[in-house]
Amino acid sequence: MSDIKITIIDREGEAHTVDAPTDMNMNLMEVIRSYELAPEGTIGICGGMAMCASCQCYILNLEHMLPEQSIEEEDMLDQAFFVEENSRLSCQIPITDDLDGLEVKLAPESM
Amino acid sequence: MIKTDIIIIGAGPTGLFAVFEAGLLKLKCHLIDALPQPGGQCSEIYPKKPIYDIPGFPEVLAGDLVKNLMEQIRPFEPGFTLGERAETIDKQSDGSFIVTTNKGTQHQAPVVVIAGGLGSFEPRKPPIANIADYEDNGVAYIIRDPEIYRGKRVVIAGGGDSALDWSIYLADIASEVALVHRRKDFRGALDSVEKVEELSKLGRINLITDAEVVGLQGEDKLDAVVIRHKDTARGEEVKEVDNFIPLFGLSPKLGPIADWGLEIEKNAIKVNNAYDYETSIPGVYAIGDVNTYPGKLKLILCGFHEAAIMCQSAYQKIFPDKKYVMKYTTVSGVSGFDGSKKEAKKEVVKSIN
Repeated sequence: MSDIKITIIDREGEAHTVDAPTDMNMNLMEVIRSYELAPEGTIGICGGMAMCASCQCYILNLEHMLPEQSIEEEDMLDQAFFVEENSRLSCQIPITDDLDGLEVKLAPESM
Repeated sequence: MIKTDIIIIGAGPTGLFAVFEAGLLKLKCHLIDALPQPGGQCSEIYPKKPIYDIPGFPEVLAGDLVKNLMEQIRPFEPGFTLGERAETIDKQSDGSFIVTTNKGTQHQAPVVVIAGGLGSFEPRKPPIANIADYEDNGVAYIIRDPEIYRGKRVVIAGGGDSALDWSIYLADIASEVALVHRRKDFRGALDSVEKVEELSKLGRINLITDAEVVGLQGEDKLDAVVIRHKDTARGEEVKEVDNFIPLFGLSPKLGPIADWGLEIEKNAIKVNNAYDYETSIPGVYAIGDVNTYPGKLKLILCGFHEAAIMCQSAYQKIFPDKKYVMKYTTVSGVSGFDGSKKEAKKEVVKSIN
């Protein structure tokens, strides 16, 4: 067992601090889905290939600890709505020990 | 009226494979899909991505999987209604169903199978507060007839292939084409990007990068768009236009199926997984990513399995009095409706004298 704590603010503004495993090859989008913090069908639509932006979130701290954006992620965010300087696709963020205490906020669902 | 044995809504891998399983039982299928080509997500979102969990294929590109499925079902001559979205379902007095599309095409069959994946692909609409007021009145998300833009001042937004390709195409038709994109980089085929660059230098496309359309103006119809530049010194500009075409790709929506009176849970259709994946409406099945039940996995291979089980039940529903035994293709081969017959080669028996 190796878990870290992550705080996720859902689309209604409610904060949830959850345990995220570092040894299950999971990414942040999958953690959000496993705790059902966004309705099915509104997050992770492409399955985590950086091809839909439905898992966009705003990084509130530890930004320097995250992996750099791939070209695919950058391109997808470029097509997305509600994009801010701290926007990332949560499917492109693997859960690692470095991210203990990470805080993120889900971006609004685009219509 | 298109008449068939099974209407399949959704031409993704699950819907396509259902044609094969139905064909083995001599049932004919007709597929309806909102996209202009078969394959669903595999063709639309990730045709070039490899899939590693199709049994028997250590690695297959999503696009190739669709190509193979189309080849596999060809003998069963499925019908296709593509580029149309299934809108309504009406039960008839004889127990059959009529499914009508958004373009009015009608299909009739005793069994309807929803293999709709995550839903039908709809254009993504930019979050501009009053955009709905101008839909079909200056704002369009899909270009159906380019001729309506002849002589018009058009603003296109987006940075992908469709934004690039339509900017190039409309440069010859519209009186003015402006392409607004959030960055200087475009994600699209290299020759399209180069062509846009060339047309921009010739003054045929007004390329506005590092900018975004954030507002729309006009009394009864669209008169102007508000463009916000990233460069705060330039701020916002109001640009007079006749048409605004935001092209930000497609995203799937469950759509009208959600109003068919089916039991819905977590954006998916609840089915009976103890038996045959039938929905709460007898004669209507749901298979693949669109359904849900305890333990559901959204995998292509699960969709294939569900298709095979569903077809057995559909057969019994269509022919309640007929006895049927499941046959192996290795034993019986595959007899197409086109007269083709595939079967194992017979061993040559020859005695040695």
